[in-house]
Amino acid sequence: MSLRVDELTVYYRSLRGDVKAVDGATFAIGDGEIMGLAGESGCGKSSLGKSLIRMDARMKHVGGRVELDGRELPIADDAKMNAFRFREVSIVPQYSMSALTPTRKVGTVARELLESRDVAFDEVQPELVRRLELVGLSAEVLDRYPIELSGGMKQRTVMVLSTLLDPSLLIADEITSALDVSSQRAVGELLVEFRDRGFVKSMIVITHDLAILYQIADTILVMYAGKLAEKAPAETIVGAPRHPYTRLLISSLPEVGVRFEETRLAGIPGKPPSLLSPPTGCRFRDRCPLAFAKCEEEPPFVELEPGHEVACWKAAA
Amino acid sequence: MPLTEPTQGGVALPAETATELAAPTAPALQPGAPAAPRARSEVLYFALRNWKFLLGSGIVLAALLAALVGPWLTDYTPLEFTGPTDQPPSSEYWFGTTSYGQDVYSQFVYGLRAAFLVGALGGGIAWILGVGIGFTAGYRGGWIDDVLNMLTNVVLVIPTLAILIIVAAYLEVQSYTTEAVIIGLTSWPWAARAVRSQTFSLKTREFVEVARLSGRSTRQIIATELAPNMSSYLLMTFILLFGGAILIGASLDFLGLGPTESISLGLMMNNAFLASALLLGSWWWFLPPGLGIIAIVGGLYVMNVGLDEVFNPKLRAT
Amino acid sequence: MTRYLARKVVIYLVTFFVAVTIDWAIPRFMPGDPVEGLLSRMQAQPGSVEELSGYYTQAFGFDVPIWQQYLNFWAALLNGDLGRSIANYPTPVSELIMGALPYTLALLVPAVLLSFWAGNKVGALAARRKALDNTVLPASYALTATPQMWLGIVLAWLFASTWAIFPVSGAYALDIQPSWSLEFALSFLYHWILPFSALFLVAFGGWAIGMRNMIIYELEADYSNYLASLGAPTKLVRKYAYRNALLPQITGLALALGAVVAGAIVVEIVFSYPGLGTLTLKAIQNRDYFLIQGIFLFLITGVLIANFLIDIFYVVVDPRTRIGMQGS
Repeated sequence: MSLRVDELTVYYRSLRGDVKAVDGATFAIGDGEIMGLAGESGCGKSSLGKSLIRMDARMKHVGGRVELDGRELPIADDAKMNAFRFREVSIVPQYSMSALTPTRKVGTVARELLESRDVAFDEVQPELVRRLELVGLSAEVLDRYPIELSGGMKQRTVMVLSTLLDPSLLIADEITSALDVSSQRAVGELLVEFRDRGFVKSMIVITHDLAILYQIADTILVMYAGKLAEKAPAETIVGAPRHPYTRLLISSLPEVGVRFEETRLAGIPGKPPSLLSPPTGCRFRDRCPLAFAKCEEEPPFVELEPGHEVACWKAAA
Repeated sequence: MPLTEPTQGGVALPAETATELAAPTAPALQPGAPAAPRARSEVLYFALRNWKFLLGSGIVLAALLAALVGPWLTDYTPLEFTGPTDQPPSSEYWFGTTSYGQDVYSQFVYGLRAAFLVGALGGGIAWILGVGIGFTAGYRGGWIDDVLNMLTNVVLVIPTLAILIIVAAYLEVQSYTTEAVIIGLTSWPWAARAVRSQTFSLKTREFVEVARLSGRSTRQIIATELAPNMSSYLLMTFILLFGGAILIGASLDFLGLGPTESISLGLMMNNAFLASALLLGSWWWFLPPGLGIIAIVGGLYVMNVGLDEVFNPKLRAT
Repeated sequence: MTRYLARKVVIYLVTFFVAVTIDWAIPRFMPGDPVEGLLSRMQAQPGSVEELSGYYTQAFGFDVPIWQQYLNFWAALLNGDLGRSIANYPTPVSELIMGALPYTLALLVPAVLLSFWAGNKVGALAARRKALDNTVLPASYALTATPQMWLGIVLAWLFASTWAIFPVSGAYALDIQPSWSLEFALSFLYHWILPFSALFLVAFGGWAIGMRNMIIYELEADYSNYLASLGAPTKLVRKYAYRNALLPQITGLALALGAVVAGAIVVEIVFSYPGLGTLTLKAIQNRDYFLIQGIFLFLITGVLIANFLIDIFYVVVDPRTRIGMQGS
């Protein structure tokens, strides 16, 4: 197993109390697996992703354990995590367009970053150039300032830079959210290619866009209000979801080529609960058309069939 | 990020103003602009719990109180030659006397009055001009922007004191109102720049587009959409202009270019200096006016920092 | 880049033009007649009033039509002729200014540069050390709210009058002549320290606050987060943050020039330092209009040149201006 997450719980400190962003997440990702992490805004997926590489100042690790390639990831300890960052765990952030400092040439940033991580730049430079060319950029990019590059070029540069040291785990945090559809597809394909070429062992692709996950992910993990709802191979999630939330999500997706003239597109009425003081029991209860008495007790995230886990009493029944 | 005015050489501007000033065609950044008009009660709630705001406004209010009430507490008027010269503070003359036998305390509290007048009026005029010009330039864009920009740039580069020296040399300034007006007319440019860049960035946000599409008139859009979102910025700009006007006024008075028939903190320092108070060691004469200015202007600056934290939640977490 | 600089040059030329026009216009449009004002101040003997009146009228140019006055003014200006001082007749204004200028520059230039450098460095340090921050920040706020002349007075009172460590006035000892000698240099330095300190400290406060805030802001920027996420040491992140934070500070420097000059003027007066400040005060007291106008123009030109130099420096330092921006 490449990545193992056990009861991971991460809260945000806020003026009004702790925001329970990730509450008891347990899942595993195999070598070479691309797992999509989906859910609506505020469900905790970004927090989950961030917690695996760098907790920001307001996050705190409340419980749980993360293991990568058999070694424990010291996610609660910022200093100790440094040894793993970039080398074992890496991230392509949501803000790739502004991830490079505007006053330094791209190549200089790469050099200084790598040297600061005890990597001889001159040794990796040929590989860096090779990968840049692979994604459709030329070595010239290194000689440019970020302002001279287009958004797409910066995105791809950051993808190459982040994966240069062949990390075991790559977290791609909403990297397609700001792009148009064709660019999304291109970036998605790049991610798959990186995995296929072995630049990255496994990947967590965080997005709210199920459509793109269907294209590139092997498995999809759906989160809701800080809890895991369902995890299954991509085909299953889209074709035969068991959790009511997932099913509603899928059915609320418009299908390419289908025109909705008579019927309305079904959304999901209501909004997710506040994570400051989430309700007891299943957090989807209030919006779930299948809710019944037992839902007042929180359903465990159990495996219904090999590779398919769901947290729902109805689904497990 | 505190918004600060370059009156004394070297106070940085918030990122959006600075980048805007440096490369004016760059899109303005939005580091900490308020996302939506805040409920008044929420602002008050946080303001009253921010110690910087409380400390700063406390000091300013104390000074204001001194300015308003102080003169009633003394029988002496600032300019009358009432007593023995060069006396250190005593129970009769709380701040001592000047080399001309004047009561320093009454000079001080009347000077505070003049300071507040110049600050409020001078700052207010500069604020009206700066906000008006900046807003119009930012909102209208096009050639109006170009013209106003050129105007702003020109007035910006000319050293304020230089203009004031020239004007005051020919125009006998006899009231603090006049002095305030002159100060207001020359210190608005940096505010105009700041407001312009804020307007630029807000103008392109969606809620303005929506308002425009739904047919609101320009005036309505400005009043209901833009102004509330900029209100915090505008308030902080005023506070800084207030402080800046006091400092410039003090310099003018020190040079002898202000009204000579009444008293101000800068004039006190001028008189003290000319009467060799520092050689005589009459610290009670020249220390209070400067300390008064530091208290008011420093208090304003600290208040501003506190307000910035209140309006920009991101800063509150730190 | 050239577009950026060209734009700036245009602004400066227009500003110069406007400033000269203001300079020329003010005496002519202010209430009261400057010639009469001068004459009454001088309490001239009845016999010479006519002559003096005639002279001054001609000196101001009031005897020719307005448009010609304006052109004559420009002609003289471009020839380097700023008129003759009234109080120090017949010394040309330009000569008086040139005599005072070196002293002002000796105060201004080091004060501006050193306060900028030191203030930024300390501000950056304060941004990362809480203990330092707790002292630097309040002190800097107090400093930046301090009127420079007051600080000058206090410094003079403490260090020159009460504890006679430094001299209380002048740029050099009375018994020494300006020369390139060590003796003069030492005396000069000795007299220079207090006025320099007054200017330096106030400006320092401003830069320290500004840089501290900018650094905090930059440390939260996306690029900082990215570097930290990839495990870059804090030193590298801070280095980049400092570099980026410096840019708006440089812009701030250009904006603060006017205020810095004002500070120098008042501080010089406190120390009777023989620079433009003291010259200005005397000119004001003597109603020496031509000298005032000359100083005004001189200050404007100096500030414009300094602004331009800063703009050039900024272009060198910020690649975004070099490469050219997309329109907003």
